Amino acid sequence: MSSASVRRKALSAAFPQTIPILTGFGFLGLTYGIYMNVSGFPFWYPMLMALIIFGGSLEFVAVEMLLSPFAPVTCFLMALMIQARHLFYGLAMLDKYKGLGWKKLYLIFGLCDETFSINCSATVPEGVDRGWFYFFVTLLDQSYWVISAALGGLLGNLLTFNTQGLDFVMTAMFVVILLEQLLKEEKHYTALIGGAASLLCLLLFGPDSFLIPTMVCVLGLLTLLRRPIEPTLKGGDAA
Amino acid sequence: MTIPQQIATVALCALATMLTRFLPFLLFSGKRPTPKYITYLGDALPAAIFAMLVVYCLRNVSLFTGAHGLPEAIAITVTVGLHLWKRQMLLSIAGGTVCYMLLIQLIF
Repeated sequence: MSSASVRRKALSAAFPQTIPILTGFGFLGLTYGIYMNVSGFPFWYPMLMALIIFGGSLEFVAVEMLLSPFAPVTCFLMALMIQARHLFYGLAMLDKYKGLGWKKLYLIFGLCDETFSINCSATVPEGVDRGWFYFFVTLLDQSYWVISAALGGLLGNLLTFNTQGLDFVMTAMFVVILLEQLLKEEKHYTALIGGAASLLCLLLFGPDSFLIPTMVCVLGLLTLLRRPIEPTLKGGDAA
Repeated sequence: MTIPQQIATVALCALATMLTRFLPFLLFSGKRPTPKYITYLGDALPAAIFAMLVVYCLRNVSLFTGAHGLPEAIAITVTVGLHLWKRQMLLSIAGGTVCYMLLIQLIF
């Protein structure tokens, strides 16, 4: 098979997986671009930030940062806290991203929540190159985000159609991915740990700062309960 | 904020993001075998993360004011029901989202 047809095959396998993200990022990216526009920034600000930072929630917070007095240390620490969950994604993808050469650099660069969810849970179809599949999922997702952020920045608040509630597409996607995971495994220890820890920490720490305590709880519980949990996992193959 | 300060702010955000994304891969590179404990975490984490992400998406839902989280609860039930019935990812996601939009635009 020529390398062009390997790529074409991977692209056509990857695209359908990213359709929910096309919807979600299309909407959220537009919202982000509009928010930057009405905050007084030209369209290439959201476009470049989408390209360079590529982390939705942090980019929204970064708008506030840009409008406040320069505080580099606070910015850096706040960014680290918002993005800390990516440490988990890396741990979960160590195996899957192994041995993929130069593509691996871009795959790690673009490992946002949504791309992680697809690449971690999707079964790469028979005969499709794994590396290129992951690559196109990552590239498509980032393209959706960058293009819609730029569009939002260009159009500003000219858009008035009623999209209220469209952002639920991301929630629905994570629900379906979680459900698929539950249907695949026999014991649900780790999903229960993740769910219970997040709910408890959400109650204790509130919506703006519960993720890091949740991560600490999850790590602690997984470590304490390693003996009963480890035999229930299908060694190395979460997909 | 001056332009160089803006550039520095965006660069620091990008740096922090990249640090959290690259760190696990830098620590556990392919040269040495990955410690068993880390492999275990890699296998155990996805289900925990997906549950965490669902809670994360719903973090601003208030159970005690407004619609009491009813639109979210109904739309998630529809999403799960559709998925158990047809097991078509896109259909379940689209169905749940349309249901949620109708609920909050027309009813709640």
